[in-house]
Amino acid sequence: MSILGTRVIRTEDPRLLTSGGVYVDDLREPELAGAVRATFVRSPVAHALITGIDASAALEQPGVVAVLTVADMTDMPDQVPPEPEPEGVPPAEGPMPLGGVWQEPLLAVDRVRFVGEPVALVLTDSTYQGEDAAELVSVDYEPLPAVASIVAALAGESLLFPEAGQNVCVQGRGEVSDESIFDDCEVIVEGDVVNQRVACLPMEGRSTAAAWADGKLTVWASTQNAQIARLILTAIGLPPEAIRVVAPDVGGGFGAKIGIDRESIVVAWAAKHIGRPVRWVESRSENLVAMTQGRAQRHHIKIGGSKDGHIKAYRLDVVQDTGAYSRMSGFLPMLTNLMAPGVYDIPAVQAGYKVVVTNATPIAAYRGAGRPEAAATIERAVDWFAVEAGVDPALARRLNFIKNEQFPFVTKTGAPYDTGDYEGALDKVLAAAGYEELRNEQQRRREAGDTRQLGIGLASYVEITAADGAAGETAKVEVHGDGTATVYTGSSAHGQGHNTAFAMIVTSELGIPMDKIEVIHGDTDLIPDGIGTYASRSLQLGGSAVHKAALEVKDEAAKHAAELFEASESDVVLDAETGAWHIAGDPDKSLTWSQVASAADQGLIVANVRFTADRPTFPFGTHLSLVEVDVETGKVTLLRHVTADDAGPVLNPILLEGQRHGGIAQGAAQALCEEILYDSDGNPLTSTLADYAAITAAELPSFELLTSETPTPGNPLGVKGIGEAGTIGATPAVHNAVIDAVSHLGVRHIDMPMTPERVWTAIQKAKANAQ
Amino acid sequence: MKVELTVNGKDITAEVEDRTLLVHFLRDTADLTATNIGCDTTSCGACTVLLDGESVKSCTVLAAQADGRSVTTLEGLASDGGEMHPVQRAFHTEHGLQCGYCTPGMVMAIVSLLKENPSPTEAEVRDGLEGNLCRCTGYHNIVQAALVAAAASAETGASE
Repeated sequence: MSILGTRVIRTEDPRLLTSGGVYVDDLREPELAGAVRATFVRSPVAHALITGIDASAALEQPGVVAVLTVADMTDMPDQVPPEPEPEGVPPAEGPMPLGGVWQEPLLAVDRVRFVGEPVALVLTDSTYQGEDAAELVSVDYEPLPAVASIVAALAGESLLFPEAGQNVCVQGRGEVSDESIFDDCEVIVEGDVVNQRVACLPMEGRSTAAAWADGKLTVWASTQNAQIARLILTAIGLPPEAIRVVAPDVGGGFGAKIGIDRESIVVAWAAKHIGRPVRWVESRSENLVAMTQGRAQRHHIKIGGSKDGHIKAYRLDVVQDTGAYSRMSGFLPMLTNLMAPGVYDIPAVQAGYKVVVTNATPIAAYRGAGRPEAAATIERAVDWFAVEAGVDPALARRLNFIKNEQFPFVTKTGAPYDTGDYEGALDKVLAAAGYEELRNEQQRRREAGDTRQLGIGLASYVEITAADGAAGETAKVEVHGDGTATVYTGSSAHGQGHNTAFAMIVTSELGIPMDKIEVIHGDTDLIPDGIGTYASRSLQLGGSAVHKAALEVKDEAAKHAAELFEASESDVVLDAETGAWHIAGDPDKSLTWSQVASAADQGLIVANVRFTADRPTFPFGTHLSLVEVDVETGKVTLLRHVTADDAGPVLNPILLEGQRHGGIAQGAAQALCEEILYDSDGNPLTSTLADYAAITAAELPSFELLTSETPTPGNPLGVKGIGEAGTIGATPAVHNAVIDAVSHLGVRHIDMPMTPERVWTAIQKAKANAQ
Repeated sequence: MKVELTVNGKDITAEVEDRTLLVHFLRDTADLTATNIGCDTTSCGACTVLLDGESVKSCTVLAAQADGRSVTTLEGLASDGGEMHPVQRAFHTEHGLQCGYCTPGMVMAIVSLLKENPSPTEAEVRDGLEGNLCRCTGYHNIVQAALVAAAASAETGASE
């Protein structure tokens, strides 16, 4: 029996559980001996001109090694020069990050554009000295009017980049609405949905250490992809081969550690510049203003259909707040547009987007990156439509699903869905949750006028994973003369369990025991070529690459086994259960991996591969959330969360469930409590964990997970990505549940996060309207 | 100033700045890096250790306040023979950790919680962990690990 599909507990854990992980701040490498501490001086104002920087008082402090500003970066190559904008029309897409006039500097040059923007770097012998000295760096700011909202950005009265002439930096080409698609709709609903700005909040913030020696720069970074980080680091004027990037243990990423940020580039440059190793570990209050954040979209939608519940037309307009700098160009809202119609076969769909800059922390990928926003809005829209048409929300979904026999299915927005069983996932969830009984109990409480009303929220979603399958992923598998194997992967773990998952793939194909397989990732000296971990791509691309390499190793080994047996290659077989080679039909005479590998050149069998996929995959599922809302206080209690998430065949249920659990919690967090807030001057109001309402164990129930496995033809393992599905499904399910709980009181919508105050206010307004 | 602490059974004497936080003493002076720092407002619990057997957030205790007292960190939890503590073991079997960053603090918080309440309900575990944040697991398997560890300890206790 194959190990694949079984509950294998993680090989990573014993070390993490007894001595703890080794994150950047824990590194005791000899190259980092005597490393100075980096502390950034950050802008305290949202929008201002810098008229002077005086570091003299700081330089007199004990332990201060240097205070560096952009004026010291004369040994850096010029950053990309501005490109002229064509006729003042924003591009529909652009490079990530967007360059030209929208270029983000490494340290502020003459203007700051968000609170937290790095202005100078203080290097000291110790951490405490750095914090003291950074406060003494005097920066003169001449304040400018802040653009603190999407509305202010669109008004364009204050510009972040005056030379651009506007705050719209990217604009989709689907902007013009054709109202005629709604002509034969009997039921039409229109409205706004806010997908608020949230923090990614990996428990380890950003951290980087760097050492320059013998013409080579070594950078240890908390990153999701060492190889991409290395490419970005060439900005300091070194070729890739002169840079080694190592990702040690990484304390979570969630999209915000893709590549490497400007602070880390500055730290790496500083190590070379002063000729001493430098270490930077950000504090949480830095992290909450300067690590990229997620979501931050405002949607306007219109949905229409027939009275019997068939949806005929859908229009989505997205405005993406990208913060002060466009790290992602139009990528996020483009994905939101692509996934706009979700799981539904809607005859007419239109979508458009704009990206605006604001005086706020830059936005980038956060678990789902553009797809949770699409799902959140279409799932709210379907509930609006269902209520208006007088159709049960479950039926409204069922009536409009893309049917199993329609796959492969290309949506009106051009998304090439591979496989799906949307109705199957819905049925499983409804049955497991006891949907009818829940509706009856809800009705009973409504009729009784209970203080605690019940809400049932559904979300059926589809998302896109490994959208960049053409870039693929690398893997090298080696089997050594001692019978052990080493796997080098271009993918990179920060909690997902790659070591366990990839070792399972090798053991399943080669029969080498798990404890004799080492998995290595995140070191560009050992793995110069790789893409890394994001977009739920690790198993389907990285795992498929490991699978491909294992098969090549097996083919190569068969040649050596045949020579040793003095038999024909076609007659030797590998028993993948035991890892023994023998001649077909003669299991008594066998060879071990050690014997076979020893017969190869240098006692080593190796396969070095890249796996590419010619299409993305589309995981899907249904979430049902059950909440209780206290209509007197507005307090929401999440009672149950039942899901069927289908990402194809399951390699290791333990790892899959872990990914789903984490995603569900983050989705519920966005729906119920988390939001990054600014005042009208662009001052952040949520810059510590005392202010930002990160979700805790006390606010969540245990989750009820159901299985559904529909393979994709897109890779040999048949797998899709699971990393982001939980977030994508959970957010709208919880959102819909809370509104469902109070819909009988006349509440039609509440924007996220649905705090007690918001829920209570919505109930009061509905009551006032009813009078 | 001079402080003397017993950390994981070992006496450590050191000269520190008055303002040195216990967590920095543990990480930099004692060179025990399992205890992590996840915030600067005593909100996340990543730095949770045991001080004279009770859980504290070591970012909010001065090394000076721990003078003459005994500290247990994750590194000191397994038996001398290297056998994992029931809570560590339960985290492994129940997949109670992913990136591992909150884990040392979570494990120490649960050790303390189970000492005060050896057979908690799920709700009691959840309330007890309100001061410890995890971004990876959605808490599901952490709570499960706490309940499994409690059951395992009860069984061991019963058989003794």
